[in-house]
Amino acid sequence: MTDLSASLPVAKPKNSILTGSDQMRRRNAAEFRFRLYGLAAISVSMAVLAIMLWTIFSDGVSAFKQAKISFPLTFSSEILDPAGNGDRAEMTKVTTVGYARLLTTAFRAELQARGISTEGLSDKEINDMLSKHAPGVLRAEVLGNTAILDTTRTVEVLAAGRIDGYLKGRVTRETAERDGQVTPGMLDLADRLTEAGMLRSAFNFDFLTNSDASDQRPEAAGLGVAILGSAYMMLLVVLICVPVGVATSIYLEEFAPKNRLTDVIEVNISNLAAVPSIVFGILGLAVFINFAKFPQSSPLVGALVLSLMTLPTIIIATRAAIRAVPPSIRDAALGVGASKMQTVFHHVLPLAAPGILTGTILGLASALGETAPLLLIGMVAYVDNYPGAPIEGFLDPATALPVQVYSWASRSDPAFIERSSGAIIVLLGFLVVMNVTAIILRRKFERRW
Amino acid sequence: MGPPFPLLRKQFPMTILLLVTVVLVIALAGFVLGRARAISRASGNVRVLHSLPGYYGWHAALMAALPAFAVMLLWLLIQPLVVERQIAAFFPEAAVADETAFTLTMADVRRVAGGLDAAVLAGLVTADQAATLSVDTTDVRALLGQAGVALGAQVTPETLEAAKEYRGLVASGAFGRMIAVIAAALVGLAYALSVTRPDFWARNRVEAVMLGVLVTASSIAILTTVGIIWSMFSESLNFFRQYPATEFFFGLTWNPQFRGGSDLGFIPLLWGTLYITVVSMIVAVPLGLFTAIYLAEYASPAARSIIKPLIEVIAGIPTVVFGLFALVTVGPFLRDYFAQPFGFGNSGSSVMTAGLVIGILNIPFISSLADDIMNAVPQSLRDGSYGLGATKSETIRQVVLPAALPGIVGAVLLAASRAIGETMIVTMGAGAAAKLDLNPFEAMTTMTVKIVGQLTGDTDFNSPETLVAFALGITLFVITLGLNIFALYIVRKYREQYE
Repeated sequence: MTDLSASLPVAKPKNSILTGSDQMRRRNAAEFRFRLYGLAAISVSMAVLAIMLWTIFSDGVSAFKQAKISFPLTFSSEILDPAGNGDRAEMTKVTTVGYARLLTTAFRAELQARGISTEGLSDKEINDMLSKHAPGVLRAEVLGNTAILDTTRTVEVLAAGRIDGYLKGRVTRETAERDGQVTPGMLDLADRLTEAGMLRSAFNFDFLTNSDASDQRPEAAGLGVAILGSAYMMLLVVLICVPVGVATSIYLEEFAPKNRLTDVIEVNISNLAAVPSIVFGILGLAVFINFAKFPQSSPLVGALVLSLMTLPTIIIATRAAIRAVPPSIRDAALGVGASKMQTVFHHVLPLAAPGILTGTILGLASALGETAPLLLIGMVAYVDNYPGAPIEGFLDPATALPVQVYSWASRSDPAFIERSSGAIIVLLGFLVVMNVTAIILRRKFERRW
Repeated sequence: MGPPFPLLRKQFPMTILLLVTVVLVIALAGFVLGRARAISRASGNVRVLHSLPGYYGWHAALMAALPAFAVMLLWLLIQPLVVERQIAAFFPEAAVADETAFTLTMADVRRVAGGLDAAVLAGLVTADQAATLSVDTTDVRALLGQAGVALGAQVTPETLEAAKEYRGLVASGAFGRMIAVIAAALVGLAYALSVTRPDFWARNRVEAVMLGVLVTASSIAILTTVGIIWSMFSESLNFFRQYPATEFFFGLTWNPQFRGGSDLGFIPLLWGTLYITVVSMIVAVPLGLFTAIYLAEYASPAARSIIKPLIEVIAGIPTVVFGLFALVTVGPFLRDYFAQPFGFGNSGSSVMTAGLVIGILNIPFISSLADDIMNAVPQSLRDGSYGLGATKSETIRQVVLPAALPGIVGAVLLAASRAIGETMIVTMGAGAAAKLDLNPFEAMTTMTVKIVGQLTGDTDFNSPETLVAFALGITLFVITLGLNIFALYIVRKYREQYE
């Protein structure tokens, strides 16, 4: 047999996978290219993601460090308590101007004592080394504790924003030439102060607790109000969304008859998930603020708007979790005489709880980063005071983390870009924690039936 | 803005919260009493009860709480209307007939009344004094100023009298409400206890209420949609009454003026929106599709489990972060390396900036949808193609992609609808100048940017410059909703049935 077939005059195939041909090479090259396109697309996305995170982190990490100047200060009662009786009410009459004078005098005295040359610098330039925010802080401290009058201790006060920028490399002698708030001479003085150990960069815990500050004082701006506002809103979103979302999902999955109304609800929910977020902002403005006259900028209104946006996400996740509970569980419960309601609440819901929890956390994470609708309900306003404690605090003006990012980014001083990036780092930190929690919960409780 | 919601501001924390607590306490008592009564009626033998004892408790609690809360809600809705009617009697009829003017007057009255409350609270006047104040003897404005309520103008005698009346009405209203609500709770409780017998079907009652709660929760989705449409529609109608619709929809200039006489043409905004959307789709569609192809067809399970979450990280980053990226990185980069050297202008914010960044944002959206769709194409189709000698890429291009095409088109349309509705990136990256221009390195603006612009800050809800935002909003809503419905329609209509 083998001989026969071997001896037959079989025409050699013109080409095959084994013999290389031009066409095959072309096809293989095309195959290779096609695969490369895919890899290239992924690399581009990854590269952009990396560049974005890198720029934001490199811009923002410095927001957590802040230049501070330390020098001994005597809380002279001559200036702070002109009436001389230690009466707090009398002392409130001394404005921050008085405290500023106290600070700058002590600062200049220390410069002289240490023999640090201030040649060629006017008094105003030396005073401008200190932040305009410092007197206010000092005043609050003195009024909070009048016992420190006439004592002397070393205080550490914020340096001016430009000096801080110089230590971080944002301000140079060239930019200082053109800057109204700083002169090259002040930067030289900053160098001498650093050498003398009076000026140093320390971890800036105030960035997380301070409230926002005006355009001229970027060094004092912090995220306190924004974090508190976001926390209030997330709390309210949970309180609103979880009961409503779970109830809706239970009804649609377990009880709803197949009729027109149910169809309308289903279509509605999926459409709401695709409505641009800004439309929810318009809704909030028209219904909650204009019609119901809820206070503008309040966490309550923000939470209501975010809840309406988050509900579809939570409903979709919860329905998936309920659907994943096998029918045998329901049949068993019904079989031993439980009512439909008991079956759902005693058996299905506890089994679906981990899935619901995961979906809720992910929904919250997206609500936490949402900005556009909050702009419309006035949360972009400048808020100086912390909102009060719940429940009344829910009606006080507040702002939110992502909105703070936006409002700082839209200010002209480049120092606020650093703050803005720093705020993003905080925001991303919260998001990472939430997402990781969701992943851990899913891993831990996920059940395969 | 208007006065803070008087109901919430002044009364919610104190009287209403207290009342809610009282009702809840009565309900709790109802639970305990109902349960105990059921057991005692059954002489301790719970097996003769129709329902578990707890259900009798729940029934009593619900019967106490539900009517009470219903009465409270009704009262809260009706009282302001009644009070307003009474207050109107203090003012001449002409002042009441003009609706806007009367709204302002009512606001004044509320403010003065609130100021009097604050003055009493601060101990500046006694409650009796506050009730007998007169503008002739007291400088009311200064008094209220002391109490921390600043008034724009002197208080007129009518306003002061109305404010005093208002305080009286609100106080007696609060008292009446308390009586009515507590009475409703007690009556409900008494009824529940009277029907608690072993043969009473408590569970069915309780479950009916629960079902009602579930149905109510489900209808919130519909209410939201109705709210969106109603709020935008009514304000848009208001806008079109002041500004002709044809000039809005076909106007070629957008130039709002504070003093009126604005040009509010919609076309430049639509052009900016569409231009940016097109640029973003040029970025997102190829990158997203190739990512999906690689993930679905080439990547090993191990590689897939790493790449897919990484791509999805992009989707989890808030858009304001992308906005800042556009503002401080992409915009200046494009300006310094493309726009200025090639003479396209020197604007950092541009169609290109916003389009590129939105494109990146949309990559994971397109890739995950397309990935799912390609995974749904049956393996047999690929096997058939390989059997005929096609290479992997030929199979993908000629078999998998055509089979997945309707789904992919749907995904692209959904992504386009997201790009149209995207707000933060365009607000921070596209600029604010409404222009009809072809140069992609020029700053242009979109509908969403203008909605934010016209509605942020102090707004007057009667000027067309503010109301135009609602017209833009409803247009945006219709466009995005239309795109979504169209996408779903395409997916349904052209979906290949493989089973």
